Amino acid sequence: MTRIRFQQSLEDLKEQLLVMAGLAEQAIQRAIEAYRVRDLSICDLVSRSEIAINRLEREIDQAALDLLAMEQPMAIDLRFILSVIKINADLERVGDAAKSISDRVRNMEQMAVADLPVDIPRMASLAAEMVRKSLQSFIEGDADMARNVLTMDDAVDAMNRAAYKALTKVMEEQSHLAPQALNALMISRALERVADHATNIAEDVIFWVQGADVRHHKSLKTAPDPHAMG
Amino acid sequence: MGVGIEVINLNAWYGTNHTLQDINLNIPANHVTALIGPSGCGKSTFVRCLNRMHETNPIARVTGTVLIGDLDIYEDANPVEIRRRVGMVFQRPNPFPTMSIYDNVAAGLKLNGYRNHRALDEIVEKSLKNSALWDEVKDDLKKKSGASLSGGQQQRLCIARALAVDPEVLLMDEPASALDPVSTAKIEDLIFQLKSQYTIVIVTHNMQQAARVAEKTGFFLNGRMVEFDSTHKIFTNPSDKRTEDYITGRFG
Amino acid sequence: MRARIRTLTDGTATGLAVLSTILVVAPLVAIFIYLIYKGASSLSWAFFTRNPVPVGEMGGGMANAIVGSAILLTVASLIGVPVGISGGIFLAEYGRGTKLANAIRFTADVLNGVPSIVMGIAAYSLVVVPQGHFSAFSGGVALGIMMIPTVCRTTEEMLLMVPNAVREAALALGVPNWRSVLAITVRTASPGIITGCMLAFARVAGETAPLIFTAFGNVGWSGKLSEPIAALPLQIYVYALSPYDDWHRLAWAGSLVLIVLIVFSVALVRYVTSRGVLKGAS
Repeated sequence: MTRIRFQQSLEDLKEQLLVMAGLAEQAIQRAIEAYRVRDLSICDLVSRSEIAINRLEREIDQAALDLLAMEQPMAIDLRFILSVIKINADLERVGDAAKSISDRVRNMEQMAVADLPVDIPRMASLAAEMVRKSLQSFIEGDADMARNVLTMDDAVDAMNRAAYKALTKVMEEQSHLAPQALNALMISRALERVADHATNIAEDVIFWVQGADVRHHKSLKTAPDPHAMG
Repeated sequence: MGVGIEVINLNAWYGTNHTLQDINLNIPANHVTALIGPSGCGKSTFVRCLNRMHETNPIARVTGTVLIGDLDIYEDANPVEIRRRVGMVFQRPNPFPTMSIYDNVAAGLKLNGYRNHRALDEIVEKSLKNSALWDEVKDDLKKKSGASLSGGQQQRLCIARALAVDPEVLLMDEPASALDPVSTAKIEDLIFQLKSQYTIVIVTHNMQQAARVAEKTGFFLNGRMVEFDSTHKIFTNPSDKRTEDYITGRFG
Repeated sequence: MRARIRTLTDGTATGLAVLSTILVVAPLVAIFIYLIYKGASSLSWAFFTRNPVPVGEMGGGMANAIVGSAILLTVASLIGVPVGISGGIFLAEYGRGTKLANAIRFTADVLNGVPSIVMGIAAYSLVVVPQGHFSAFSGGVALGIMMIPTVCRTTEEMLLMVPNAVREAALALGVPNWRSVLAITVRTASPGIITGCMLAFARVAGETAPLIFTAFGNVGWSGKLSEPIAALPLQIYVYALSPYDDWHRLAWAGSLVLIVLIVFSVALVRYVTSRGVLKGAS
């Protein structure tokens, strides 16, 4: 086998990305835990890991750029490095979403506990599962596992739409609970974004392993959703 | 204008060495086709079968069919005729050492009895312009010898010489491998411009070069053609694992 | 310390090389100087314009011998050069590795080693006897055959030195093989081939033995190639062996003239051909 140094560099890049992935996953888990037990100290942990995630994003992009410039990678190696760059960005957004959730939790700390008709924990666990699975498919280079993740996104989207409906109803009918409802809505949105990022990661894995670009394959299947807000 | 080349069951031997095995291939007209592969894989032999230079070696043998346009070059024509329609540029620039730049470019015509001097002047100028050498040598055409130019210029001179006989196909056997990066870039730009008029087949060791200049690429290994597809496909997602291993540098 | 030894060795080697060169060139220079010393005084206008006169008379010259040598060498070249070059072309371009080529090469080498007197006898049997008389033609034949091996082998070597890339370039242009050989390969090797011809020329210009039974010599002008003809080396030989001082002096003068003429011819050919070859070729 030739180009041993290069192969090693690719392995190192993968390792770096997995470290960052670990941090991002952990951030989501912590943010959800903070919501569940309403513990502000956990929110602090999330804020700190955000800094580490951002630093790693820069380092990984730099390493990938160097490999592109110096090693003239081809075919699967090229696709791998491209996927790493994209997954890198998605993981950083996952970190941002975690921070966003923990900020909402901080906000809600001041408010009274409200019993809202949304199952945030279930949505959260689904989204977290998607992240975990997409990263697992990356570790193993398993395109089938990645495709599986793509199918899970529909459930999360549905839950997000339901949450929107339920929470707007709460805000109309029980306006004293509006602040809590609003925060819950934003958390739901953040979780939906996390699921989207997990989907992106899965698509990137498929691109790397099979050379197939499966992005936006759903855009033709469903009509544009009027309730999907930015 | 260029013509397409069809290769059917081509086999070639050097003595007892079965250098090419069952090559089947369609080279499209007015495109650049690159042939890549490790040393000794047969790509140079293949290209030399296309202009019947392979048989200049006394122990060489060829079976199979090569159609250039509609012409079966082994059955229906003699080597000299074929070589006028299929030009070749070699790895090391080889201008005729005793001739001036002008005479070098005109050599293919003059040596075949062409006498019209005014037309020759025009042809020489056009060929040198087509090979991006005219501006550098136009004042020294008959004064300087072909061998007094730099390596990159010599190679462009050889290209001009090949173009002067107005071939339909241009074969280039690692044309830039003996040249520095700037000369290489000039040759590559040249190839890009020439393809609208000629069919170009380029053998190269340098995969990045194949990726830069060719629309189609063929991967040769141990005398066989493993994969032949659009350059884009070969270099982003080849179908054959051997191709992928070669282009990612895992062997070869 | 090692650097010093190396410098010393280098200097010694250079010194030996210079010494060897001097040793090789010295005899040539010595001969030349001696010839000038002995022969220059006998040079006169008469030497170049008058034919030999009988013993006892003064004022003879070697005009006919000079012209005779020129004629003989022309005939010899007309025989030796084309045959030699053709042979060389065959050996290098068409017959490489064949048994025939090996046989030809072997024959040429043997021919090269044949003593010149034997060559003269051969020409005697082949030309003089059938014709029934001595002639310039037979002398030319003898000298011509002697030129062939040198021209042939040098041509072959010079052609082999032409890089194969040049041949391939010509073939790839659709030039027929024979034309490529002549117009490209031979042309590229021509300086070397010409040198080979000049070497052969210079060698046979001074040959005496083959001319004894063929050209035979002549005290006057020869009208036709079928008549015996005077030649400079032959004349020198005859005069040198004679008992007459006058003739000895003429022999010295003749020797000087012979060498000068050979050098002059070679230089002339070099000059003429170097103008044809392009400047700047590496």
